[in-house]
Amino acid sequence: MAGRKNQKRLGKLVVNVSLFIIILLWTIPTVGIFVSSFRNRDDIATSGWWNIFPYRDWQAVKKDIDPNTLGQDVNGVMTIEGATGTFEQFRAGIQTPNGERVTWIGNKRIGTVEVQKQVWTVDWNFTLDNYKQVLGGQTFKFTKPDGSVETVPGDNMTRAFLNSLSVAIPSTLIPILIAAFAAYAFAWMKFPGRRWMFILVVALLVVPLQIALVPILRDYNKLHLNGTFLAIWLAHTGFGLALATYLLYNYISTLPRDILESAFIDGASHFTVFTRLVLPLSMPALASFAIFQFLWVWNDYLVALIFLGGNPEFELVTQRMAAIVGSRGSEWHLLTAGAFVSMLLPLLVFFSLQRFFVRGLLAGSVKG
Amino acid sequence: MDVTNAVKDKDQSLLIRIISLIGRLVVAVGIPLIAFYVLYLGFIFLRDSKAPRLIITLVAIVWGVGGVALLYWIFNWLVERLPDAWKTRLLPFVFVGPAMAILAWYLAIPTLRTFWISLYTNTGPPEGLNMFQQLASSAFVGLDNYKAVFTDSLMQQALRNNLMWIVFGSTASVIFGLLIAVLADRSSYENLAKSLIFLPMAISFVGASVIWNFIYEYRPEGQPQIGLLNAIVTGFGGTPQAFPQWVAIAPWNNLFLIVIVVWLQAGFSMVLFSAALKGIPEELMEAGRIDGATEIQIFFRIMVPYIRGTIISVWTTIVIFTLKIFDVVWVMTGGQFGTHVIATQFYRQSFTNRNSGFGSAIAIVLLIAVIPVMIYNLRQFREQEAF
Repeated sequence: MAGRKNQKRLGKLVVNVSLFIIILLWTIPTVGIFVSSFRNRDDIATSGWWNIFPYRDWQAVKKDIDPNTLGQDVNGVMTIEGATGTFEQFRAGIQTPNGERVTWIGNKRIGTVEVQKQVWTVDWNFTLDNYKQVLGGQTFKFTKPDGSVETVPGDNMTRAFLNSLSVAIPSTLIPILIAAFAAYAFAWMKFPGRRWMFILVVALLVVPLQIALVPILRDYNKLHLNGTFLAIWLAHTGFGLALATYLLYNYISTLPRDILESAFIDGASHFTVFTRLVLPLSMPALASFAIFQFLWVWNDYLVALIFLGGNPEFELVTQRMAAIVGSRGSEWHLLTAGAFVSMLLPLLVFFSLQRFFVRGLLAGSVKG
Repeated sequence: MDVTNAVKDKDQSLLIRIISLIGRLVVAVGIPLIAFYVLYLGFIFLRDSKAPRLIITLVAIVWGVGGVALLYWIFNWLVERLPDAWKTRLLPFVFVGPAMAILAWYLAIPTLRTFWISLYTNTGPPEGLNMFQQLASSAFVGLDNYKAVFTDSLMQQALRNNLMWIVFGSTASVIFGLLIAVLADRSSYENLAKSLIFLPMAISFVGASVIWNFIYEYRPEGQPQIGLLNAIVTGFGGTPQAFPQWVAIAPWNNLFLIVIVVWLQAGFSMVLFSAALKGIPEELMEAGRIDGATEIQIFFRIMVPYIRGTIISVWTTIVIFTLKIFDVVWVMTGGQFGTHVIATQFYRQSFTNRNSGFGSAIAIVLLIAVIPVMIYNLRQFREQEAF
């Protein structure tokens, strides 16, 4: 019996440890970006972000030894500070028996020699400058380590962030409102064509939005709607509406019949029943879909690229990020900070509304 | 109430009745006109204003959301002023009309139009002609674009890559999701584990591309590697590579892009599997254990068959998703280095090359590929009453 108990405990240990390893693998990419976004821009460019953990590094204990004064032949074998070797070997660093390293710094003619010792160090030069530059407007003043000031172009993420809000909030609420009205009509009103219209809604669930992009762009060009907020709101409404109507119908049609009927008997109009009863009762469904749609729009790149693409004034966060990747793909101090700015709101939603979040995303899996 | 009102109405003189009728008409026409005018002013403001961005944002939200609510309120108000017979006839269409109009404009009609455009050369059907003249025009090429979809060399590359995405991407997402769900179910920190695995679902594809670009960051040999993967590779004595751009191993460099989507989607499949696993009756597994089955046997002989339905529907959902994959490829490689997929080809043909005939044909092929999987999914979704 004791053996079996031990086996169980061992099994649990194996489960916990292997799960821990998977979680580590899953979180390291995000942690790397997060840590880097606070690192100095020179540090990011020259060393890995894992240097924030203690590591063994060579540090000079004796500096600026001039090999020329030692009277050694630079082209032959030299002996400096107890290490013997050629110039090339010194360049790579020669270990001495007492654990130190002798390294040649600089070129053959005017270089110096250093004696280095291995010590534990960490790179903890954290800064908020990256965020300031990414969020800043047209220009940003950057103070270099040597004290000189360099003016670099800012990235105006603030504008993109506000633009994304202006796009995402209406693009979430408008389809919900329109879909809720339609779902209510499908569930509680009688009218000719009801069945066919509902079948159309379900059929349109399967249509991928790529189908609509070319024709809608042509319409927008004719109506001069291209590059306006209205254009992209309507596009997101159109692409999200079939799913919203379908999901909200599933929910609204299961609301208890007697509550609504007693309201009608009291003389309430459909509009009143809808706004005073059905909307409040459907809150869980509305919230779940709202979170799905909000994240979808916030994280969308394709629709924004096509309908807002020509107007830099209205650039969204995803477009801004993609633009930085394209034009300054190696400036990681900007990319890491920018990526975190773009994730801020979704992560906030994720942590505060996790229950609705999961439900909304699961429901969104049937989006065409 | 109604009776006394009717009596009062009779008492009123004809003049007052005419004035009130005119008044009603003016109100009925005037209120919508004013509303539309206000909405139009808002539109112009948002398009042209140089006001501070924060004010524009606030106006946009209030105008956009309030405007739609206002329109419903006005139409409802108008219809409620009608005689009862008309009211019951028209009111449902006030409720359902806007949704159907938008769906028609944005999805139903575009599907037909895209199909129509796909039958023509790069400029699409010539404008100003009727349907039959368009068919007779020289721009009409029949099914040539569809032939090109399957013969064009870049398209063939895209189809092959999409197949890789489906095979490796969705399968790996399902396997990892299932593995994590099973482990989390037996671990001592289930909720924390699930949250951390699900977290990437909140991140945009563009954001995820940045995250993974940082992992793949490449520095020439000899310089310190700041990308994690290359640091590990050089740490073991290997040569650093720009992995997604590594043409020498094409098409396998696609796997470095597919990993990103597995990382994003495993959380989704984990949540669904986790719920399904909790639905397996405990007696069933206990019976297996008493019969001497090992945990691995229980997993393959009891758990997997029990949640087979969920496994298939998760897999199909991710298949649809990978069929339409765009952002990751577009941001990471732009489709170069042999990484094009159907959606990036669609974008390139439709908007970069301005060959809307070819682009539309690709979109239609995408639709046809998605339909059977979607139908299956919807059926599952209804059976499970997931929402």
